[in-house]
Amino acid sequence: MKRIRLRCKTLLLIAMLAVVPIAMIEQPTEAFSNQVIQRGAVGEDVIELQSRLQYLGYYKGKVDGVFGWGTYWALRNFQEKFGLPVDGLAGAKTKQKLVKASKYNRSTATKKTKSPQTKVTAANVPNGYSKNDIQLMANAVHGEARGEPYIGQVAVAAVIINRVENASFPNSISGVIFEPGAFTAVADGQIWLTPNETSKKAVVDALNGWDPTGDALYYFNPATATSKWIWSRPQIKRIGKHIFCE
Amino acid sequence: MLRGIIIALLSIAVAGTGYWGYQEHREKNAILINAENTYQRAFHDLTFQMDLLHDKIGTSLAMNSRTSLSPALAEVWRITSEAQSDVGQLPLTLLPFNKTEELLTNIGEFTYRTAVRDLDKNPLSDQEYKTLESLYKQSGDIKRDLRQVQHLVLKNNLRWMDVEMALATGKEAADNTIIDGLKTVEKTVEGFAENDFGPAAFGMKKNNNGFKYLKGNQITKEHAVTMLKKTVPNIKETEIRVTKNGKGSENSFFSVNMTSKVNGSEATMDITKKGGYPIWFIFSREMGKQKLSLNEAEKKALAFLRENKFEDIELLDSVQYDTAGTFTYVGNKEGVRIYPDTLKVKVGLDNGGIIGFSGEDYLKSHHQRASFEPGIQESEALTKVNPNVAIKEKRLAVMLNKLGEEVLCYEFTGTLGKDTYRIFINANNGEEEQVDRMDNIEANF
Repeated sequence: MKRIRLRCKTLLLIAMLAVVPIAMIEQPTEAFSNQVIQRGAVGEDVIELQSRLQYLGYYKGKVDGVFGWGTYWALRNFQEKFGLPVDGLAGAKTKQKLVKASKYNRSTATKKTKSPQTKVTAANVPNGYSKNDIQLMANAVHGEARGEPYIGQVAVAAVIINRVENASFPNSISGVIFEPGAFTAVADGQIWLTPNETSKKAVVDALNGWDPTGDALYYFNPATATSKWIWSRPQIKRIGKHIFCE
Repeated sequence: MLRGIIIALLSIAVAGTGYWGYQEHREKNAILINAENTYQRAFHDLTFQMDLLHDKIGTSLAMNSRTSLSPALAEVWRITSEAQSDVGQLPLTLLPFNKTEELLTNIGEFTYRTAVRDLDKNPLSDQEYKTLESLYKQSGDIKRDLRQVQHLVLKNNLRWMDVEMALATGKEAADNTIIDGLKTVEKTVEGFAENDFGPAAFGMKKNNNGFKYLKGNQITKEHAVTMLKKTVPNIKETEIRVTKNGKGSENSFFSVNMTSKVNGSEATMDITKKGGYPIWFIFSREMGKQKLSLNEAEKKALAFLRENKFEDIELLDSVQYDTAGTFTYVGNKEGVRIYPDTLKVKVGLDNGGIIGFSGEDYLKSHHQRASFEPGIQESEALTKVNPNVAIKEKRLAVMLNKLGEEVLCYEFTGTLGKDTYRIFINANNGEEEQVDRMDNIEANF
């Protein structure tokens, strides 16, 4: 009899020991940070937001850590159902309601959700362009202007975009870059050097509408230009080593 | 004995080198021929497409039935695009061959516009018929010139690689039939009087009317420098350079550049001479860890815009790239979104400083607009939208249509499946002006 009681006690003790850590984990030790999350944001808060909305059945997309349109509509539906002002912003009140209504834990998210997600797995890209477009342009920019200041690199990317939009040039980024004789870096193979992060940033800036050149279609390095014709173009400005013209 | 060995070794070396050289030569030739063939294909293809183009325009002229005219024009449009792609593959960038490509674009745009139109309701006007006739003649001229070049190329066995060499060295080759021939083509196109493509010619040029709406007094260099200093207060030990725009520029502006001697940070801002508005600004510096949310950064962006006298705007979109937030603002007048008045501001999420600004579109198009009065009701416009789209937001908006004109539209934002769309219905005639699929997220590979 005593033995049995002893056994019961040990069992209870073991059970308690086992329960305590589980209970500790299940408490939401981490939750949203203080920021107001809005469309376009990237990061762990967005993963939490998407996971909670997914838990409640509002969000049906992938938990990728990027606050896009899908997340936006899901959040607005949630706000509407829970009687919150429908603004598509995850502010303090909305987050509070979300935390109450749903279960999520950052540290165990990997184990519990079907699609294990703790890292951001996507990125924003300028509308209408793919990452590979950016990569290809970054290659061209790096090959053409890697020694130039940052705005000189944005400028080269802007010229590529201006050409795509112009009637006298091919209508695609690849068409413009690979037009024979258009860029020296393509002709001598320097386009295949690995571009650095700076040239990628420059390309994204240019795709987002930054044009330091003032609508230039051509540029040349006055020290090395062999064509006489290029000097006849009306010049807009000089950036770094390059002169940009119409 | 030793002499015999040396002689044997040397002759083997000579033979080996010779063989190696021969291999190299063969490889080089193979590559040259390969490149040459690509050019030849593009050129012969171009002449073929021009032939076809001439032919098809001719056929469409003779057509009486409106129903068969649309497909014929669509065919012409398709051929121009193929011909353009061929031009893009020829080594012609250094030659002034732009006019031909421009003509192709214009034919393409003209035929596209007429092909998609409902020709039963809105048949070709006399003016448009005349345009088509003159296009027929012009494409015939180009076709003839190109045929001539093609004939010479085939007869004299001319090679495009030689053209490229001639262009690269800047020397006029003794026999540059191709260049001369193509220059003739270009001259032929230039000779065409400005074609009358009807009331709404190609859109791109319309947009470019400079900063004609700007108000205010001329500013001084010093004022421009102060503006940049105010935007980047933290940059240290700088060298300041101010330049004026070149003669080829349509607008007059100061370009102010500040480069730090300490860490290479560099800030550049172009400022209009009239009124002193920033046109664009980029501050390139080392970025720290993210400390601000996108939402907090937006307040900084808005403060910057207010400070620089940009008014009547609303936030359209916010996007985070790494540790920078990019905010897009559009004009807003009486609750109507003005898309042509677009502004972009980039804020560093590490310290909330402004690191980029682009306001060229706004400066070019912002002006006092008359009140907006839609010709049709919102409910009527809604009937023009695909019923499968679940509409979430509605509003009035001014946008640029395909011809580059400002039109008042009903803007409907809605979802279809997983995608979000923005649909613009003309508020005067109910036409569907544009449908945009909002897609700016891509999964990492």
